[in-house]
Amino acid sequence: MSSVAAPARRERTVLATVLAFVRRKALAVYSLLFFAYLLLPIAIVIVFSFNHPTGKFNYTWQGFTWDNWRYWDGVPGIRSAIVLSLEIALVASLVATALGTMIALALVRYGFRGRGTTNILIFLPLSTPEIVLGASLLTLFLNLNVIFGFWTILIAHIMFCISFAVVTVKARLVGFDRHLEEAAMDLGANEWMTFQKVTLPLIAPAILAALLLCFAISIDDFVVTYFNSGSKVTFPLFVWGAARVGAPPQVNVIGTAIFVVALTAMLANVLIQTYRSKGAE
Amino acid sequence: MVFFVVPLGFLGYQSLESGNIDFGYAFNWAWGNYWHALRDYRAQFVRSIEYAGIATLLALIISYPVAYWIAFRGGRWKNLLLLFIVAPFFVTYLIRTLAWETILSDNGFVVNTLQSLHVLGPGGRLLATSTAVVTGITYNFLPFMALPLYVSLEQIDGRMIEAAEDLYASKFQAFLRVTLPLSLPGVVAGTLLTFIPAAGDFINAQLLGGPENHMIGNVIQSKFLELTDYPAAAAMSFLLMAGILVAVAAYARVVGTEQLTGTAV
Repeated sequence: MSSVAAPARRERTVLATVLAFVRRKALAVYSLLFFAYLLLPIAIVIVFSFNHPTGKFNYTWQGFTWDNWRYWDGVPGIRSAIVLSLEIALVASLVATALGTMIALALVRYGFRGRGTTNILIFLPLSTPEIVLGASLLTLFLNLNVIFGFWTILIAHIMFCISFAVVTVKARLVGFDRHLEEAAMDLGANEWMTFQKVTLPLIAPAILAALLLCFAISIDDFVVTYFNSGSKVTFPLFVWGAARVGAPPQVNVIGTAIFVVALTAMLANVLIQTYRSKGAE
Repeated sequence: MVFFVVPLGFLGYQSLESGNIDFGYAFNWAWGNYWHALRDYRAQFVRSIEYAGIATLLALIISYPVAYWIAFRGGRWKNLLLLFIVAPFFVTYLIRTLAWETILSDNGFVVNTLQSLHVLGPGGRLLATSTAVVTGITYNFLPFMALPLYVSLEQIDGRMIEAAEDLYASKFQAFLRVTLPLSLPGVVAGTLLTFIPAAGDFINAQLLGGPENHMIGNVIQSKFLELTDYPAAAAMSFLLMAGILVAVAAYARVVGTEQLTGTAV
């Protein structure tokens, strides 16, 4: 609808039409190349999870095997690293989303002193290099003489997740019709009932999105964790350690598994959205 | 708030201390930490800004046409295509970078092709070069560029472009005078979202580069975690933030403050 439908145009010559067609195709071809480039490393990760490396380096293709998948925890330390990552991601995303939702509600609903400052403070961690975040937390914990381990990792993860949760929930609240709440109150609902029956269901998709986003960011985080983990090893830290001596194919197995799970979840989400919008038409 | 400002305060405090891990640190306004950091690691600072700058520019050039394509020709596949753009994020960052190590490895397909085309000499390699590091950074932060670009292009009213064409603008002119300026907020947001994490990155330089490709992130990381020279490392972290702020401010002057804050809040 954007390009051709315009009346009273100078007549298009055949050549111009062909050129326009080629140009349009060129963009599509370029985009396909772009996606190939974008997905190439992922394909490598997946393919090499089936590799049967002879030495300790999983760089060149040697032969196909299911063994890496069958013995996914065949490398010492990998299982505990995954368990720790899952624990941290689960707790951090729950806490960060709960706190983030409350902050978002406060920011959008109430005009309190320091609201502008709070807005900026929420944005700052998103615009600071991770290494500075990690380093500043490290110095904080050092100065407080905290023992590094599970709790320091957890606090660090909650910290950087909160900003993402606030931004996600806030986006939904800004487009929120307050009349719905007023209607509920007019019909005799008290504040808590209104929140429970009206507000919460309406912002639920955003809360769920924030939860998933936090989980994904937490389980993938390396830099901040690296600075605040002490002797604990999460999965990304395990990969980092393994990379120095040659990462085993099991790393690719776990990487592929995470990818497939995340992709399935997102794909389901996209399909549901597409289906819903079709139903609405 | 407590989560961010307090740690940053401690970082600032630590950066002005002197001493070492065995004898403890004393706070004595040791501005020398900053001076030493600048003197000894200027190369790494400059390299960080340089690599991040090149990677950001590359990401912009690479992803703009695709964001355009999805926004204007994506139709009902838009959401699915966007999913593909963020797909790399579903693979752990380190594993993605290790995959690039495989791709660019010495006997890999890319090196062999470039050697047969005589772009690279027979002993030439890609790993441990600045090319490899910039390639990795560009790839890893590409979605940060592509998504804001898409969002701003998506919001453009197609009728504006039609109007321009009705007024006898060529397609190219319409793009230059209508589409491009309207997508500028996305360009600004994407540039910042790519440049800032890229300048502080040390993973790509560590895994894909050699010691001569190390960025300031590598130095901060090793000072903190290997050499336990906390004051120096803290000073460098602050300098990194300051450097980024200066770069962003300079950028803001060029594109206009309004657009910057418009996308920021």
